[in-house]
Amino acid sequence: MSARIAIENLSAGYGKTPVLHEVSLSINKGEMVGLLGPNGSGKTTLLMSLSGVRKPLRGSVSLDGINLLQIPPKKRAAQLASVPQYTGETPDIEALSLVLMGRYPYISALGGYSDQDKKIALSCMQETATHDFAYRSARDLSGGEFQRVLIARALAQQAKTVLLDEATSGLDIARTIEIFDLLKQRHNNGTTVVAAIHDINLAALYCTRLIFLKHGRVILDGTVNDVFTDANLTTIYDTPIHTFKHPVTHAPQAFFTPGSAAAFTNHSTGE
Amino acid sequence: MTGTADIAQRRFRRSVLFAGITAVACMVSAVLASAYGPLDISLQQTLETLIHHIFTGVQGVETTNSIVVWEIRFSRIILSLLIGSGLAVAGTVFQGILRNPLADPFTIGVSSGAAFGASVAIFFGLSGTVPYLAGLGIVPFAALTGALLALGAVITLGSMGGQLKRDALVLAGVVVATFLAALISLVKSLDEDSVASIVFWIMGSLQGRTWQHVQLILPWYGLGMAIIWRFSRELDILSLGETQAQQLGMNASRVRLWLLVGASMITGASVAVSGVIGFVGLVVPHLVRLIQGGEHRPLLVSSAFIGGLLLLWSDVLARTILPEGAELPVGVVTALLGGPFFCLLLHRTMKRSSR
Repeated sequence: MSARIAIENLSAGYGKTPVLHEVSLSINKGEMVGLLGPNGSGKTTLLMSLSGVRKPLRGSVSLDGINLLQIPPKKRAAQLASVPQYTGETPDIEALSLVLMGRYPYISALGGYSDQDKKIALSCMQETATHDFAYRSARDLSGGEFQRVLIARALAQQAKTVLLDEATSGLDIARTIEIFDLLKQRHNNGTTVVAAIHDINLAALYCTRLIFLKHGRVILDGTVNDVFTDANLTTIYDTPIHTFKHPVTHAPQAFFTPGSAAAFTNHSTGE
Repeated sequence: MTGTADIAQRRFRRSVLFAGITAVACMVSAVLASAYGPLDISLQQTLETLIHHIFTGVQGVETTNSIVVWEIRFSRIILSLLIGSGLAVAGTVFQGILRNPLADPFTIGVSSGAAFGASVAIFFGLSGTVPYLAGLGIVPFAALTGALLALGAVITLGSMGGQLKRDALVLAGVVVATFLAALISLVKSLDEDSVASIVFWIMGSLQGRTWQHVQLILPWYGLGMAIIWRFSRELDILSLGETQAQQLGMNASRVRLWLLVGASMITGASVAVSGVIGFVGLVVPHLVRLIQGGEHRPLLVSSAFIGGLLLLWSDVLARTILPEGAELPVGVVTALLGGPFFCLLLHRTMKRSSR
């Protein structure tokens, strides 16, 4: 398999202080990668670097062998689509207009969105089951509906890679599964998906590969069955964690014991 | 089941209808306001004069009444429509690019630049004229120069980090505005004679403005509007924030710079001919947004018409409310109307968002 995204010795962060330290990774075509790690481990920074929004302090990110910084913004957006985190802040703009923004990389300087663009946007809305409220203001949508609209926008970009930054945080279980089913379906059609996911069990259920970050470094990287183990999770989260098989899919799932985090900390500092 | 296309069409028709009604209201108002003033001129005569000047050309010698209608009243009305619509559009743009509902055309200090330019001209008593627009005197040109210099300073300061960021822009604007305000105070304290003229100029008025003022403002207005319209689609994307804009393939700082320049051209030219007229650029975008949502193309069109209407009638009030031909500065009228109105808007917006 050829590497689609190659990250070499990447240090990136805010101002001059790096959040990511010399990360090297390659993400291949057709993978569904879950980015995991505690708060502040650098997941968002990594995704921002992958989408070209955050420029590296050192090192580089390249897409199909070309440095990301050398690709003009519109060309880049036609290759990499991003779905932001749900913040609860929704614009007073029609859902369809939001999805049409996904066609921005394809319009010329003076021309507007064509009928063809509109057709693509509407079909992406059909795919994400947002078609029914295409002409409603995004402000009147629920969190789950709004995130599905943003995913429709990413689909309208027709990019081969979709990056998601905790796109389902704040949504209930049913909405979360809807969105991940949709992503899985795109992944089965050949789209590369890279998603920062807060819920490690969700990641284990859907992803083909898991990458754990901690303190801005990659500490684990591999298939779900290889890395999703009691010992690994316990070390990463500083909390005793046990894994069991999911009754239906047989993917490993993590279980925690109430009160164990504090006990573990006390125990380890008491030694 | 009603199709989604039907809804789209209905919505489109509604925005066109709204824009159409306000546009017609502007035209009707322009005629009505021309008939209104201390000198009693009938509506019929007013209409005839306007038709002659606009369509058929004037034959023979002009009467006093026709001179009053065309040269004094109508020029001032056109100017109020231009400035009102310009300020409303500029306000919409500033609120969009700064993503701040309290932003208005004067937030980033363009108006302070103009006021400083005008103060200097008044202070030195510059009585020279500029060829081509000889009747204007030097003050509007000094104000326009000051506005453009202030814009240049804000852009330079705001993009020192290499990119034109939103926060840096606001900060740079505040710094420039504060510094210029201090300089204006300095000018005032140096020469007590010019204090009254400076203060009156800053308050904003359309008194005694003529077709030459329209000529001064028109190129800036046209160019600024063209730039804003070209980037109006980007304004929607920019309102989602820098990160999303970049991820959608937009060069956010370049677009922001263009919009800033376009809106500042209109603001600078408006301030240069009329002084600082507040509240139009702040209130109108909010009002229109409440009626038809946050999409920028319809928002800009409707804001322009509503802004024009608001300033036109405010100016009619300003020139007729006091007895014996005395005038209020129109900036005072818009502030008096705008303040309570803004409270009402705020109340409704709060109620809506808490629902």
